[in-house]
Amino acid sequence: MYHAIVFLPLVGFLIAGLFGRVIGSRPSELITTALLLVAAALSWVAFIQVGFGSGATRIQVAQWMSVGDLNVDWAFKIDTLTAMMLVVVNTVSALVHVYSIGYMHEDPHRSRFFAYLSLFTFAMLMLVTADNLVQMFFGWEGVGLASYLLIGFWYQKESANAAAMKAFIVNRVGDFGFLLGIFTLFVLFNGVTFDQIFPRAAEFQNAHFHFLGIEWHALTIACLLLFMGAMGKSAQFLLHTWLPDAMEGPTPVSALIHAATMVTAGVFMVARLSPVFEYAPAALTVVTIIGGITAFFAATVGLVQNDIKRVIAYSTCSQLGYMFVALGVGAYSAGVFHLFTHAFFKALLFLGAGSVIHAMHHEQDMRNMGALRKYIPFTTAMMAIGTLALTGFPFTAGYYSKDAIIEAAFAARTSAGNFAFLATVIAAFMTSFYSWRLFFMTFEGSARWENHAAGHVEGSHEGAEHDESGHDVSHAAHDDHGHGHGELKPHESPLVMLIPLLVLAIGAVIAGFVFQSAFIGHGYDHFWKGALFTGPENKILEEMHHLPGWVPLLPTIMMILGFLLAVYMYIVDAKKPAQLAADHPILYRFLLNKWYFDELYDAIFVRPTLWLGRLLWRGGDQRIIDGLGPDGISARVLDVTRGVMRVQTGYLYHYAFAMLIGVAALVTFYLFRGAH
Amino acid sequence: MLGFGILSGLLVLPLVGAAFILTLRGDGEAARSNARWAALATTIATFLLSLVAWSRFDTGSASFQLIESHAWLTETIRFKLGVDGFSMPFILLTTFLMPFCILASWESITHRVKEYFVAFLVLETTMIGVFEALDLVLFYLFFEAGLIPMFLIIGIWGGKRRIYASFKFFLYTLLGSVLMLLAIMAMYWAAGTTDIPTLLTFKFASNLQTWLWLAFFASFAVKMPMWPVHTWLPDAHVEAPTAGSVILAGILLKMGGYGFIRVSLPMFPEASVYFAPMVFALSVVAIVYTSLVALVQEDMKKLIAYSSVAHMGFVTMGLFSMNPQGIQGAMFQMVSHGLVSGALFLCVGVVYDRMHTREIKAYGGLVNRMPLYAVAFMIFTMANVGLPGTSGFVGEFLTLLGAFRANTWVSFFATTGVILSAAYALWLYRRVVYGVLDKPALQDIADLNRREIITLAPLVLLVIYYGVQPGPILDAFAAPTDMLMKSYEAALATVKTAALAAY
Repeated sequence: MYHAIVFLPLVGFLIAGLFGRVIGSRPSELITTALLLVAAALSWVAFIQVGFGSGATRIQVAQWMSVGDLNVDWAFKIDTLTAMMLVVVNTVSALVHVYSIGYMHEDPHRSRFFAYLSLFTFAMLMLVTADNLVQMFFGWEGVGLASYLLIGFWYQKESANAAAMKAFIVNRVGDFGFLLGIFTLFVLFNGVTFDQIFPRAAEFQNAHFHFLGIEWHALTIACLLLFMGAMGKSAQFLLHTWLPDAMEGPTPVSALIHAATMVTAGVFMVARLSPVFEYAPAALTVVTIIGGITAFFAATVGLVQNDIKRVIAYSTCSQLGYMFVALGVGAYSAGVFHLFTHAFFKALLFLGAGSVIHAMHHEQDMRNMGALRKYIPFTTAMMAIGTLALTGFPFTAGYYSKDAIIEAAFAARTSAGNFAFLATVIAAFMTSFYSWRLFFMTFEGSARWENHAAGHVEGSHEGAEHDESGHDVSHAAHDDHGHGHGELKPHESPLVMLIPLLVLAIGAVIAGFVFQSAFIGHGYDHFWKGALFTGPENKILEEMHHLPGWVPLLPTIMMILGFLLAVYMYIVDAKKPAQLAADHPILYRFLLNKWYFDELYDAIFVRPTLWLGRLLWRGGDQRIIDGLGPDGISARVLDVTRGVMRVQTGYLYHYAFAMLIGVAALVTFYLFRGAH
Repeated sequence: MLGFGILSGLLVLPLVGAAFILTLRGDGEAARSNARWAALATTIATFLLSLVAWSRFDTGSASFQLIESHAWLTETIRFKLGVDGFSMPFILLTTFLMPFCILASWESITHRVKEYFVAFLVLETTMIGVFEALDLVLFYLFFEAGLIPMFLIIGIWGGKRRIYASFKFFLYTLLGSVLMLLAIMAMYWAAGTTDIPTLLTFKFASNLQTWLWLAFFASFAVKMPMWPVHTWLPDAHVEAPTAGSVILAGILLKMGGYGFIRVSLPMFPEASVYFAPMVFALSVVAIVYTSLVALVQEDMKKLIAYSSVAHMGFVTMGLFSMNPQGIQGAMFQMVSHGLVSGALFLCVGVVYDRMHTREIKAYGGLVNRMPLYAVAFMIFTMANVGLPGTSGFVGEFLTLLGAFRANTWVSFFATTGVILSAAYALWLYRRVVYGVLDKPALQDIADLNRREIITLAPLVLLVIYYGVQPGPILDAFAAPTDMLMKSYEAALATVKTAALAAY
């Protein structure tokens, strides 16, 4: 069964990828989607078997490489954590496949699109089923590749190509750490398989390791390096810059890759390695702090963005920060629970946004939306559910998982925990505000799109503030999909797009209270069966039940305050936001430009690197090495020959004179030697 | 049959083909076509013969196999051939790549066609000879003889600056080799033989080892090429015809690495340990420095050439990390790089044949008209970047792991190559393949034709196959690596006890 779950998407990829041109777009769509639906159904079976029965197992597929004492297999490690990820990945992926049939129906390259989607799913499944670090790295890079291909799917758009490259390269920075982390663990444990590492982690809790000339606590440095990989993939503070740009890809891609699955790979990795992280408290503190900063930072940027997808992207970034906070304070299950629920409501929000964009003929700027509730009521309702779940409205999914994280941060009672608590509470307020802001700007108020004729502001969602590279953006790709429809009239999406929304909405509502007990409540031990490790001193889940009464209420209060503020600013007094922005231009520009990270990185990494490259090429290779080496030598040889030629004058007395000098020199030499 | 076996057959077969082509009369289209087909048939026959050799080869054994020995210069300097796990994969790689080179030259070579193929077949003999030779003099002979056909290939069929490039290539490599010849003589006086299996067990005095090591290093480092003696490579690559670049990157560069594993590491273990930090430093500089330089190249071939230097940095780093992961990883990296960089040069050749320029700026948006080409190029680019699932990853991962065990600093800086390689490779791909096809010259560029598909498809399959199942190659290296490690530790142990006894 697990073979089928993992390899069916690969089969779909191969069929659509190799024969897509032969069999046509429609069969490619249907085949990949059907295979994914089967895989998704099997995943739920597996999840129930493993989570609520006993089915944890290891399945060997093949050997990968064996060198000296390094043995790497292709193998599946199936436990509750894996089974849960299988459900998340395959469910969302199957729904996104279905949805894309509708969303991409105008695109001429559909078979390629579906092939990429299936390739992504396969790589993600290899990641979550990995039984060793190297296979995990295979999936890790595989999803990176698929993400690269899908962000750059509309390859004629310069901005999409730039975003795709940026995503890959920034992720590679994280991978740099991941690789070194794998090496460190290998040197310590003499193996890269989880079963070799986890049982022995405790032995190394006081071990030390020499890295870069510094004596480190062995597991701390290993975990920090690995976490660097997680930061890249999960777009955490400092390595987050690629995620908003990744919105250049088609919207179903954003839902699948950049919200529900791939970006949570970092969270999954830390959870999977909880037996190691648990013995590296310093590393966990770093995780907490980075998570807290990200949750706060991304929320502030989300407040002012005007592109509907970018708002949700920053929201994703922020929510990932929450998950890391939970992991950092040792409440791994809370982080994973949030991963689980977040997949539903964030995919819902993205697909809903996609439905809006579809209705508006590829308009993404919320300033050109408004009053869409009347035109696309179903989408509006679904978005409302997604927003409620995200903001943590009581008894929706986010209420259980997000509030649990905030409580866990408080219950940690460490300074990092307190910091994270503060950050996440403020972020909860901002989350509520920007979510409702998005909702109101899109669906309520006046219909601002009526002023724009169709075919207006080609790609105005490119808003000057995002287009950091200042290319003369070509929108040929856009012309292919959407424009030229004549009069703009928002229309509800086809059924094939609405059904996935409905399924996800149901998930967003019920996933919380159905699974709360199993994930973080009384069913914890029975459900996880040791898939998440907590050390003997880690009592955080119990302490979460003994908090002062105001703590559990706080997130809900924040949610309500954020909602009220959004109502005030976008319904009651619609001029307020512009006025505020005008009053605080510096702050506004700072947030709008995402704290100027892109500019900063450009100035301190990109430009100096290119400058250095040019210097080494022109100066190092051409001037110094070639100049002193081959070219220099040949030039000197020519000089000497030229000199020799000059001496060869042809006059006899010149030669006679030279001989005389030579004889004199020889005689002198022998005389002196004889004297000694 | 006179005691000549399959290995001599591998040496003779290309020469027979070359001789046949020389007998062709006239320079008409018919003669050219015959020359092409004869060259193709010869290289394929050689490849099949090498597969026979492979089938008779026992990967489990670390000793030399299929040995042939004939009296030659003297009783001690013999014509001795044999293969072990280190050399067998390279022979296969050579014979495997040759038919692709012939195919890549099918239409792009228009003048002196017969001579071109003769040069290639002679080159094949010398390359196989390097990997088969079990006598240092013979090794040296083949090592140097290979320069001549390559010199001619660059100098006659090359691009605009071919004369400069061919002389730079020739003089650079020759200069290093002179020292190697001196070292071989010194070894002969010291050990009384140039027989490689005997020398492998012979212990050279420590101070002699140092000098011998340096002399060989001069030669191998240039061939490799290691920083800072790498500047001949970009020029040679840029000017060489496509097939020349493929062979240069695919096989000739591997001779340096092969030399290290065949001569320097096993015969001079103490000197290798002593000089390892220097090799590490040069390797790391090569990886970072040349990756940075690759980032700003404007010529496609030059960019790939610089990335080759960076990848060879991983090889030297792995070899001198002196652990199984490092050594086997380095050997695998060489095989993988042979496939990947060869394929990348073929990819450049495809568009060069159409547009006759290698300027990156002259391209853009090729995917619009050349989707198959885009797919093949993407796969090789990813393999070049070292994406897991391609053969590029296995070598890179293992060498970095090996280096990490030896020295974390080395691994730390070398791993930045992972980021930089992604940057230059993807940027190249983006500028050439993605984007809008708005250059007038490219408007009716054609996708891969059948010959090009036949050339690239097997490489695509192998690159992915060896990425997922590197076993067949890695296992071949396992036994000799194991033996190398053992003799290594033994040698170092005696040095230590000797040092202790001296105190």
